[in-house]
Amino acid sequence: MTIVDTRTPDPKRFIPGATGDWEVVIGMEVHAQVTSKSKLFSGASTEFGKAPNANVSLVDAAMPGMLPVINEECVKQAVRTGLGLKAQINKRSIFDRKNYFYPDLPQGYQISQFKDPIVGEGKIVISVGPDRKGEFEDIEIGIERLHLEQDAGKSMHDQHPTMSYVDLNRSGVALMEIVSKPDLRSSDEAKAYLTKLRTILRYLGTCDGNMDEGSMRADVNVSVRKPGGDFGTRCEIKNVNSIRFVGQSIEYEARRQIAILEEGGSIDQETRLFDPGKGETRSMRSKEDAHDYRYFPDPDLLPLEFDDAFIEELAAHLPELPDDKKARLIETVGLSVYDASILVSDKAIADYFERAAKGRDGKLVANWVINDLLGALNKAGQSIEETPVSPDQLGGIVDLIKAEVISGKIAKDLFEIVWNEGGDPAAIVEERGMKQVTDTGAIEKAVDEIIAANPDQVEKAKAKPSLAGWFVGQVMKATGGKANPQAVNALVKAKLGLED
Amino acid sequence: MSELTRLTIAEAREKMRARDLSSVELTDAYLSAIDAANPSINAYVTVTADKARAMAKRSDERMASGEAGALEGIPLGIKDLFATEGVHTQACSHILNSFEPRYESTVTSNLWNDGAVMLGKLNMDEFAMGSSNETSYYGPVVNPWRVEGSNKSLVPGGSSGGSAAAVAAELCAGATATDTGGSIRQPAAFTGTVGIKPTYGRCSRFGIVAFASSLDQAGPIARDVRDAAIMLRSMASTDAKDTTSVDRAVPDYEAAVGRSVKGLKIGIPKEYRVDGMPGEIDALWQQGIDWLKEAGAEIVEISLPHTKYALPAYYIVAPAEASSNLARYDGVRYGLRQQGRDILEMYEKTRAEGFGEEVQRRIMIGTYVLSAGYYDAYYLKAQKVRTLIKRDFETVFADGVDAILTPATPSAAFEIGDAEMAADPVKMYLNDIFTVTVNMAGLPGIAVPAGTSTDGLPLGLQLIGRPFDEETLFAAASVVEKAAGRFTPKRWW
Repeated sequence: MTIVDTRTPDPKRFIPGATGDWEVVIGMEVHAQVTSKSKLFSGASTEFGKAPNANVSLVDAAMPGMLPVINEECVKQAVRTGLGLKAQINKRSIFDRKNYFYPDLPQGYQISQFKDPIVGEGKIVISVGPDRKGEFEDIEIGIERLHLEQDAGKSMHDQHPTMSYVDLNRSGVALMEIVSKPDLRSSDEAKAYLTKLRTILRYLGTCDGNMDEGSMRADVNVSVRKPGGDFGTRCEIKNVNSIRFVGQSIEYEARRQIAILEEGGSIDQETRLFDPGKGETRSMRSKEDAHDYRYFPDPDLLPLEFDDAFIEELAAHLPELPDDKKARLIETVGLSVYDASILVSDKAIADYFERAAKGRDGKLVANWVINDLLGALNKAGQSIEETPVSPDQLGGIVDLIKAEVISGKIAKDLFEIVWNEGGDPAAIVEERGMKQVTDTGAIEKAVDEIIAANPDQVEKAKAKPSLAGWFVGQVMKATGGKANPQAVNALVKAKLGLED
Repeated sequence: MSELTRLTIAEAREKMRARDLSSVELTDAYLSAIDAANPSINAYVTVTADKARAMAKRSDERMASGEAGALEGIPLGIKDLFATEGVHTQACSHILNSFEPRYESTVTSNLWNDGAVMLGKLNMDEFAMGSSNETSYYGPVVNPWRVEGSNKSLVPGGSSGGSAAAVAAELCAGATATDTGGSIRQPAAFTGTVGIKPTYGRCSRFGIVAFASSLDQAGPIARDVRDAAIMLRSMASTDAKDTTSVDRAVPDYEAAVGRSVKGLKIGIPKEYRVDGMPGEIDALWQQGIDWLKEAGAEIVEISLPHTKYALPAYYIVAPAEASSNLARYDGVRYGLRQQGRDILEMYEKTRAEGFGEEVQRRIMIGTYVLSAGYYDAYYLKAQKVRTLIKRDFETVFADGVDAILTPATPSAAFEIGDAEMAADPVKMYLNDIFTVTVNMAGLPGIAVPAGTSTDGLPLGLQLIGRPFDEETLFAAASVVEKAAGRFTPKRWW
């Protein structure tokens, strides 16, 4: 494979060293668990969190004479993902066996795709920023391939003093291995790539992207070079399970490699592990210890073949992807790039927004979602899925503002009430007299009448301004609570000649 | 010895239909025959007498109520390679020590659904790797045939040696077998029985312990052509659990038995006249040609130019797949486990203890040919050869050839412990020289007894057909059978 360098060295990404600037080059292999009810080649359930070995079929346990049968839904999910990555879909692909011995690999081989993957080259546009000027930079990152493969089981070494246990629940679960080209040039870009990939998978519904449950893991290939120079020797950091750790591991690994090179050393191609506790990577095995996997086509499985109609059917029902949604929100809803970017970054937020904005002023709803809702959620440490204010409730608040039933200021109070107590915003406004009466003449008339009918009280109030409250109460009573209390208060004070 | 065990499947079926015979009687006759013969023949590694009697009783009940299946009440032997629920299934290997599956192979399920009765599990070469049944963990099977005037033990062929010997010695009415490079046809030829390896994909491989997945195919060994046809019809099926099985209706093979071969074009491949082939094999072949000609078939000389590469290519492809298929026998989940200091030592000890010499040899060959740096030179090249072999056959079939006639084996059965073959595994591998091409091309092939050697041992001819045209093979084989007669060993046990 010839690697093409698609990027122009950019000083703002350089890492300064003792001998000058360095550039880090990163490629990622992401293992994403396919969202499907059953495993890639067996009918066993993929449900997370079951008792050890509860989701194991005879095929998963590699009993003698068992044969794999491809799960069509997993194939569809891989094709959907390929379409979402604007990638080449291969109508003929081949499953190979990757042979190695390990107790959590019952067959003694993993069924994977080696030479002929189901999906070929594609791309992801990542957005890095905003910078100090509030600008985002869009960068196109190449996808090398996507292939389907089986997950292994789990060895547990902490259950017994002298033995290891094996849990085969994950054994045979479908994974998509999504391989990027070495197009990433900073830890921020790598994090943005992983974030964007996860967003796309979630939009597509092909992977839940829950890294803490192991549904998504990244192998990160890192090398360093003098800016624009030849690619350096890479190290692969295996199984990094959070976006934050991806960033940290790259930062550490780049500096480690730079330090070695600056001292005149050379980089050994090896596999490394990231230790989140220490924030370091450490050597796992060298190239010399690398397995010879003896890949060959799995004779139990025919080549995987489908036609254009199969792809077209899936393409026709593909959900709107984040980039398309962002463009639509900017063009047809009129949102700013910044607002649109924030809203589409998380499918759950975008879904929330779209539901709240349906038939409403999108820009106003976007403001409320971004500033008020996300702000409150952030403060409470809650996710969008846990929001106490539903899209319909938020939409109701916006409706009241638009209809000038309440002012923007009252709306903030209303939002807080809905957040804490729930309920229908319109009913709350009604019950608590939060409605603003725009007919000031009617309010003034009521104030004048009360003042005229109560000269004694007027005198007392002039001596003791706090008694103005009595007038406000009377006016509210006379107007049936519909007047805006603040407006009444201001009017009473003005009529009585009292200053705030 | 009961006369009942002499009956073919077709004969027993008629007697049972006429209520002249019950399945319990027939089953008991076989169980007695096994008791008497097995210490000498060693065809069975497990006899399931209680199960057999219970199944026979149920068959009799079904026949009484008029619900008889195609193989109702027929007692069969099952090669140890087929998974049989709750019954010994070890591929005659020590590594599957005490293994009894909780599931049933599709082929045996089909047989039981058609009413067949299981007598027990049959001996075989370990993991079906061998041509003499000498690699079994349970010791060699002895061929019921002996050279006239000799009491030396001969091999029954392999890997389905137990199946062939049990059928020849009348220890079952018919037997299941499997064929990866000749494992049905060569033992059938060595024992005077009929064995057919159907087209790849005709029988489901689900529940059959895998040797070489792209070559393995189940088929029957039976007393005569008709019985083989009856059994294959029950064994064959489309199976969603095996994606390499073919979605195609199973024809009534029995109807093809005795069908005229008039006007059929029978190809005689010149490349099968190998150097050093014994004159008696050549004569047998010529005899077969004459019989078919007399029956009205047209004989044409054909060329299958890549034949000579088939055996070496086979001994790359089959071990390659085997090395991976046998990786699951690691001592972790079932079968034998030899404790070690760590996981690596446990693997090493278990596999060293559990696998026999021939199996270890093939695992090593297979591992080697798939290794980085050797893959292209061996495995990939062998796959290319395979494509060429397949094309050879496609070309002659496209030219109108309906079936191909060849010898089944280059010799008659040899002695157990043959020094030459023990010293040189390649000599043993040469037994498959006429049969491997058929597996490499995925075609159907039948071995039918056609005569005897000068020593009085049975010899067989092979007929090779177009994909899924087993019917033509049954028709042509029955011509040979009619002309040659049946071959039964003299009882010495």
